[in-house]
This record gives sequence, structure tokens and C-alpha cells, in this order.
Amino acid sequence: MRSLFDTHKNPKLAWAGMAIAAAALLVLPFALASVGTAWVRITNLAILYCFLALGLNIVVGFAGLLDLGYIAFYAVGAYVYALLASPHFNLHLPFWVILPIGAAVACFFGVILGAPTLKLRGDYLAIVTLGFGEIIRIFLNNLSQPVNITNGPQGITLIDPFRIGSFSFAKRETILGLDFSGPVKYYYLFLVILIAVMIINMRLQDSRLGRAWEAIREDEVAARAMGINTRNIKLLAFAMGASFGGIAGGMFSAIQGFISPESFVLVESVMVLAMVVLGGMGNIWGVVLGAILLSFVPEVLRYTVAPVQEALFGRMLLEPEVIRMLLFGLALVLMMLFRPAGILPSALRKRELEGAKT
Amino acid sequence: MVNGLTLGSVYAIVALGYTMVYGIIQLINFAHGEVVMIGAMVAYTVIVTLSGAHTGLPPVIIVLLGLLAAIPACMGVGYTLERVAYRPLRKAPRLAPLITAIGLSIILQHLALIIWSRNPLPYPQIIATVPYHITSTPNGATITNVQIAIIFGSLSMMGGLLLLVYKTKLGIAMRATAQNQQVAGLMGIDINKVISLTFVIGAALGAVAGVMVGSYYGIAHYQMGFILGLKAFSAAVLGGIGNLAGAMLGGLLLGVIEALGAGYVGDLTNLCNLSDWSDALASRCESDPNLTLFGSNYQDVFAFLVLIAVLIFRPSGLLGERVSDRA
Repeated sequence: MRSLFDTHKNPKLAWAGMAIAAAALLVLPFALASVGTAWVRITNLAILYCFLALGLNIVVGFAGLLDLGYIAFYAVGAYVYALLASPHFNLHLPFWVILPIGAAVACFFGVILGAPTLKLRGDYLAIVTLGFGEIIRIFLNNLSQPVNITNGPQGITLIDPFRIGSFSFAKRETILGLDFSGPVKYYYLFLVILIAVMIINMRLQDSRLGRAWEAIREDEVAARAMGINTRNIKLLAFAMGASFGGIAGGMFSAIQGFISPESFVLVESVMVLAMVVLGGMGNIWGVVLGAILLSFVPEVLRYTVAPVQEALFGRMLLEPEVIRMLLFGLALVLMMLFRPAGILPSALRKRELEGAKT
Repeated sequence: MVNGLTLGSVYAIVALGYTMVYGIIQLINFAHGEVVMIGAMVAYTVIVTLSGAHTGLPPVIIVLLGLLAAIPACMGVGYTLERVAYRPLRKAPRLAPLITAIGLSIILQHLALIIWSRNPLPYPQIIATVPYHITSTPNGATITNVQIAIIFGSLSMMGGLLLLVYKTKLGIAMRATAQNQQVAGLMGIDINKVISLTFVIGAALGAVAGVMVGSYYGIAHYQMGFILGLKAFSAAVLGGIGNLAGAMLGGLLLGVIEALGAGYVGDLTNLCNLSDWSDALASRCESDPNLTLFGSNYQDVFAFLVLIAVLIFRPSGLLGERVSDRA
């Protein structure tokens, strides 16, 4: 993958590869739409999971801090968008105003979570973040009294879609003779944002900050001895991961039009973690691959499991949802046992994990 | 307070499972909550079948039989956990066993879902609860026979565990392994066996806790293990993880804090207490005297707040000694 896009080694091949990839990505929604608009929606959700996984990758993959409450930031972002762009408070701010606010609020929560937990080592951190995620969910569920902020378990409905002037991303319209449905428009928007986020992540990884994270992950004491301000750098990892989660949350709100605390349970955190782990912690391509795999496989299962079971046993024995979760669990266990560095391991992780075995 | 103590003794037993494993291999057994859940479920099946079959056995015996079935089942689960998730990764980076444990706990949860359905199972209350009044006032504190059984059962188990760890050969082997695995191995201790046994004992305690929780709340659910595990872990940290007496103390304390907190947080944050300060508040309070900021539905938050507070202010816990790399 990398050699294909390496403009230094083989520029012609690289540009050709990129052109083919770009063309494929541009045509993709129309190909999917011919199968069913549902698949375009699934693709959009897959891209959202890519954002989430990339955000979590900063915390887990780059800085090596296991965060099991990551979905809380997603929830915060989603609720910020929902509250500022729905009839609930009768506010209808445009999305380019809200998304940065959502990111900032999520970032603030990231710092709140990060500040007291920085001293903690891996497994403690995991449990505290897990607890934090649960606290956020409990609050979302209960903050309907005495002042109704989150509307409790009913959630918030009728959330505005993304809109620029009179151009709404939710409406179907025909541009240049092509039929653009709502999800297709979102797809292009999300794709652009995804590419931007990936580039940001790649630049981050090679930056001074990225190298500092890596140093902390490898050996915190040594990193401090090298003059790295470990406290601030770790906080920064939390804050940046959280703001990515916040932006993704806002986008989730907009495409769903409805959110409730139900969408932000622990399993979601674990799923995003599974994406990062499966693809390869610390490797951006790997993480994206993991996110896409884990968001498509369950959908494919949903369409295949039921008929297969009907054919074999004459009735539904296992719901697709259950099979999905079993596969998640199995994937986590098997990956750690047999390929701990992920499908596409980052070079450094690979070395570290192999070195640790001998 | 009595509720708190009952809950606390359950937390304490589950916390013992965490703390034993942590003490010996310095890893958190993330799937321990699921072991508790499996224990409750297995006992549920046994109790329901036996009490439905009109065997004429007294209820106490049926519950004990359920317990006897749950303990080996959980021991099996605990042993499998150790073999699959922890032993192959004992020398791997810390993140790896943590992730396998999460994976296993998801698998266990959903296996339980397949076997026992996704609905909460009503735990049969075959032992009639008899309340005893502690205080003479009619609305005073009461304690039921189930609560007494739970509290005494867990206290005796804690005592038994302390005896095991401090008085038997296995206990010595466990403590030696906890201090230094390599040296313990050189002294002729089969480390793998000791570690497996630790998991198994912890799991057996978990099974008992599962039955207790089931019969106390009257409900078993495939997701019950997760939140229980979290709270018990908080209890273990509160008492000082790796320290047996600490886990017991932490569990009891946490149970009491939670019960009292849930009982009083509504009164403490009742905005109507402030109605002298603001007329708007006062007028709202006339229509709704329970204008509380935080009600008892925030009960689950307390455990986490305690956990976070302990980790910030005294990471080694109440009874733990300071160990430099612990925090």
C-alpha cells in the first residue's frame, strides 16, 4: 500500500495508483446506490467509524494509553450538535459553527478525564476511562430533571442535517444530470473530511509531537529523561483524540437526525477499540482498514446469517447481533494471541511485540 | 446501612477475586465480572429445575446445590480464562492480556445471552425472607435472613481465604510467586499451577458472589457482571489492590458509601432547601417538593467517583503499601 503511494520512489506508478483509487472512491456511491441506498448509509457510518478509530488511535496507538471510554467523547460531540441544531432548545446554528464547538467541548472533557488519570498505568487507566464513559452515559440518561437538558432516555429528535445556505445535504437533487440522494452527498463530504483527517494524522505521527508520544509509549521514564514534558504531551493526546471523537459525534447526529444515550454504550467503545486493534495499533492505514472491515462485516452478516440459518435449521437460532458480538470477542482474542500487531502492523509496534516474545 | 453492608460483603468477595489475581501476576482480570455472572446463571438453572421438579428438598438445600453447581462451573471458566487469555501473554506488553480479557468477557456475555436469553431472569425467591427489626421503632432498620446469610457467608469465606493464604503450603507458594516468580520457580514451586489455582479460587469466590447477588436482587441478567465487576474493582483499589484485607475493607466501605450516598444524595441536592434564596425556586417547589438535582438514579456513579478519588489521592489504597510503579 505504502509503495503504491510513494511519490519519491516511483512517481508514475504512485500517481497512477492514486488516480485509480480516487476514481474508484468517486464512483463507489453510485455503484452502491444501485444495490440499495442502505449501503451508501452503511458506507457513511463506516467512514464515521474511521474517524472514531483514527481518534482513538492517537490515544491508544500513538501514546499507548488504553482508553475504554472513548465513546463518551463521541456522545458529547453528538449531544452538542443535537442541542444546538434541533427544535429541543429551538436553536439552529449552522454546522460549521457547531462542529468546532463540539470538538472544543469534547476536548475539554478529554482534559477533565486526562488530568486526574495521567499518573495511572495502563490497566488502571483502562478502568477509570471505562467508568468515565459510564458516568457520561448515566448523566445523559438522567439530565432531564430538574431542567430538561438531554431529554433523558427518549433522546433528541429532528436534528438538523448539514446545510450550507439553501444547499441541504439531506435533500435529493439532480446536479449535472446525476441523481444525488442525501446519503451520496454526505458520502462526498465525509470522504473529503476523512482524507483531511488521515493527512492530519500522518503528519502528526511524523511530527515532533508524534515522536514524543511514541517515546512515552515505549518508555515513559526514558522519555522524561529526554526532556519530554510527559504530562502535557499525554494530556494533548487525550485532548486531540477527544476532539476527533467530538467531530465524529456531530456528524453522527446530523446523518441520523436522532440520538439517545442508547447509542453510546460501552460496547461501542469496545468496538472502536477492536477496530484499532484489528487493523494494527499506530498504523493509520491499518486502523482505517480495521474500521471498514468491522463496520461492513456485521452488515453483510445481517443480510446473510438469517437466510443461511433458515436454510440449515429451518429457523433463526442466533440473531446476527449476537454472532457479531461473538465474532468481535473472538477477533480481539485471536488477534492478540496470534497477530498482536494487527493486520497491518506499524513497523515499530511489530518490532516491539516480536522483541517482547523472545 | 444494612443494605450497604450486604452489598458491601458481595463487593468484597468479588474484589477478593481481583485482588488475588492482581497480587500474583500484577494484571487486572477484566473478565472476573463475567465469572460472577456465569455463577449466578448456573445456580439459577439448577435452582429453577430443582424447585420446579417437586423433589421435596428444603429450599436451603436447593440453594446450596445451586451453589455447588455454580462453583465448579466458574472454576472451569476461571481456569480457561487463565489458559487462554493470560498464560500465553504473560510476558507480552500489558495491553495485550487486557484486550484478550475484554474479548473473552464479550464472548462469555454473549454465550450467556444465547444460553439464558437476553431477558432478565427472575431469580426464584424460594427461601422466604423474614425481616427482623433491629431497632424498636416501627419504621426502624430491619435485617432479613437472606441479608444475614450473605453477610455471614462472606465473612466466613474471607476468613477461610485468609487462613488459606497465610497458613497453608499453597498459600506460601502463592505469596512466594507474588513476590518473585523466578525465584519461586527456583524454589521448586510450580508457578503455572499456582497461578491457575489463584484464578480458580478467585472464580469460586465469584460464583458464590453471583448466587448472593442473584438471590439478593432477585434478578440475573447476562450483563449483570460488568457493572458489578467495575464496582468490585473500585472496592479492591479502594482497599489497596493486591492486599486481601484491603479488598474486604474496601468492599464493605464501598457498599456502605453507595447505599448511604444513594439514600441521601436526593436530600442533599434538593434545590428546595435553597428556596429561601430565590423566589423562582420557591414557587416551583410549591408544585413539586422533590426538585432534586441528583436523585438515587445516580447510585452507580458513586463507585466511579470513589475510584477516581482514590486513584488521585492515595493510589496505593487504604491498606496498600507504597509501591513505586503501581500508580
